[in-house]
Amino acid sequence: MSINATLIGQMITFALLVWFTMKYIWPPLFDSLEERRKKIAEGLAAAEKGQEEMQLAEKKAKKFLKEAKEQSSEIINLAQKRANELVEESKETAKKEGDRVILAAKAQIEQEIQQAKEGLRQEVATLALMAAEQILGAEIDQAKHQDIISKVSNQLG
Amino acid sequence: MATEAHAAEGATGYIIHHLTALHVGEGFWTLHLDTLFFSAVLGGLFIWFFKTAAEKATAGVPGLVQSFAEMLIEFVDTQVKDSFHGHSKLIAPLALTIFCWIFLWNFMDLFPVDILPLVGSLMGVEYLRVVPSTDLNATFAMSISVFFLIIFYSIKIKGAWGFTKELTLQPFGPWLLPFNLLLKLVEEFAKPISLALRLFGNLYAGELIFILIALLPWYIQPVLSFPWAIFHILIITLQAFIFMVLTIVYLSMAHEDH
Repeated sequence: MSINATLIGQMITFALLVWFTMKYIWPPLFDSLEERRKKIAEGLAAAEKGQEEMQLAEKKAKKFLKEAKEQSSEIINLAQKRANELVEESKETAKKEGDRVILAAKAQIEQEIQQAKEGLRQEVATLALMAAEQILGAEIDQAKHQDIISKVSNQLG
Repeated sequence: MATEAHAAEGATGYIIHHLTALHVGEGFWTLHLDTLFFSAVLGGLFIWFFKTAAEKATAGVPGLVQSFAEMLIEFVDTQVKDSFHGHSKLIAPLALTIFCWIFLWNFMDLFPVDILPLVGSLMGVEYLRVVPSTDLNATFAMSISVFFLIIFYSIKIKGAWGFTKELTLQPFGPWLLPFNLLLKLVEEFAKPISLALRLFGNLYAGELIFILIALLPWYIQPVLSFPWAIFHILIITLQAFIFMVLTIVYLSMAHEDH
């Protein structure tokens, strides 16, 4: 168990191994580790960003939905109002038309009554005259007794 | 200490045989072929695995190999970032190499003590010690390399003058200069020695206990070697981890300018 030239041989081997490791082994492996670390970090950051964006989009979508709902209810309200208005309008028109028709009918009736009255009056006047003629036995002069005739017919009206 | 006991028989012979390295050469110029071979193979395994992962490295969905490699890289990087607050292209790859290589060395400890030597003896290899971290040369090679890096960075960051000042003027000021120097030198040299001996001692002792267990009757062996092996799964990882963390700490101390 003595120190001898093996020592030198071992030192040479050791130096070669360290040199080789330093030159060809450590850098590529370490670089790939670093690169992967970076990639993972980037990936995580991207994922976080994506999530944030998603939340934002969700918020936006909710806002849009709310707006749309509001708008639609507004539109429905307006439509309802307009429909009510239309109904009212048509009611009004119908009423007016009815009134007009009634008025016209009334006027016509009035007119017809007047005509009938007139006819009757003349008839009565003629009848009265004939009756008076009969009673008096003499002719009554139409022209002379115009006054009396018209008084009588007025009393009939 | 092992070579003179070749002829010993029985338990002692078995243990000595297991702790003798396959070697060539004489004196200082002895080479432990098994240590060199296994640590090189394990280093190759480490490089091969991570190179496969690095070639296919993608920032997209990682495969199984890449995930595992990235797990280790991340683990080492966390340790480095925790204790080292400078910029250095060397320290993290160095720490990764140290951790994985030592772990693989130590992992050889979990192979049954007789299997690989048996295979070796079938191929005509007389001695085979498969755990590189039970060889002081291997652990010291690593800790001395780290020591050189500590010195290098101390001088690079603080400048030769700054480093000298740190060695001589702390902690007791200029009037106790020789004493300061002595303290600092002990402190500095304690680093590689403790690094190497901690790893070596733990693994050597662990391997020795495996060998001792292997000497017992076969029906007792599993009762002892099973818990010991499980315990060792913790030990081998822990030792690799300690070596790596201390290396990072020492190097970050070298980077700190007072």
